[in-house]
Amino acid sequence: MKVLLQHRVDILLFILLFAGMSFALYMALIGAPTEKTMGDIQRIFYFHVPAAITGLTAFALNFVASLMYVFRKNRWWDSLALSSAEIGILFFCMLLITGPIWAKPVWFVWWTWSPRLTSSLVLCLLYAVYLLIRKSFEDPDRKAMVAAVFGIVAFADAPLVWFSIRWWRDIHPSPMLETGNLDPSMRPAFYTCMAAFLVLFLFLVRRRFYLEQMRNRIEWIYRRTETNRMKGILQ
Amino acid sequence: MNTMNYLFAAYMAIWILLALYLFSIHSREKKLRDEVERLKGILDKVE
Repeated sequence: MKVLLQHRVDILLFILLFAGMSFALYMALIGAPTEKTMGDIQRIFYFHVPAAITGLTAFALNFVASLMYVFRKNRWWDSLALSSAEIGILFFCMLLITGPIWAKPVWFVWWTWSPRLTSSLVLCLLYAVYLLIRKSFEDPDRKAMVAAVFGIVAFADAPLVWFSIRWWRDIHPSPMLETGNLDPSMRPAFYTCMAAFLVLFLFLVRRRFYLEQMRNRIEWIYRRTETNRMKGILQ
Repeated sequence: MNTMNYLFAAYMAIWILLALYLFSIHSREKKLRDEVERLKGILDKVE
């Protein structure tokens, strides 16, 4: 019954994702008006900003799941932390690739070491290290605990990414939604893309989480078989 | 380079990244399913 329900949720999410992404693409490339100063290149913004927000949401989820693992020592939280870290890296890769593509014709450079760009790159690298740390431990409980502590510490960079353009002078554009600089005619396209990215985030986290759960079960079978074999030898 | 080329490059990059990640999840899932089948085979032999 539970499996059937999960399967139905997966199908529903997939339909939502397909429809949402198709509509988001239409809104970003055709539906939204062309920006006066930058022209069509500004349309990158409709996928770039949602990728940033979704990536930060994924890292926040990793932070919460890591905290829960430290307190509860339940592998369920560890699987969720790992899934969200991986998805966060994916969205930040989208961000760090589309950003320079936008910057080249607008700033005339691919990259500059501004606070927002640097802190975003550092955050992405920190979670790449998080994944590497996980690979360097054999014992699953120790691996989960070290990764959880690292995940909690790594999240300290996330507020820097968010507030960098508010705290320091930065070449990066100011937050358009808060300052009201986003034209009302561009808002429907932006909100559609944001919603589509959140559905994509849910879809990917679910897929990655089930994969990790399956891996945990297989690992458990191996450990149990090994324990039984050891018991057999000792008896 | 025309700005439309940059726009095309950015959107292509997003879809390629997403496709690669979905492919990676799918191949890891397939590997685990094969592992489950192998374990089932071993258990059947033991029983």
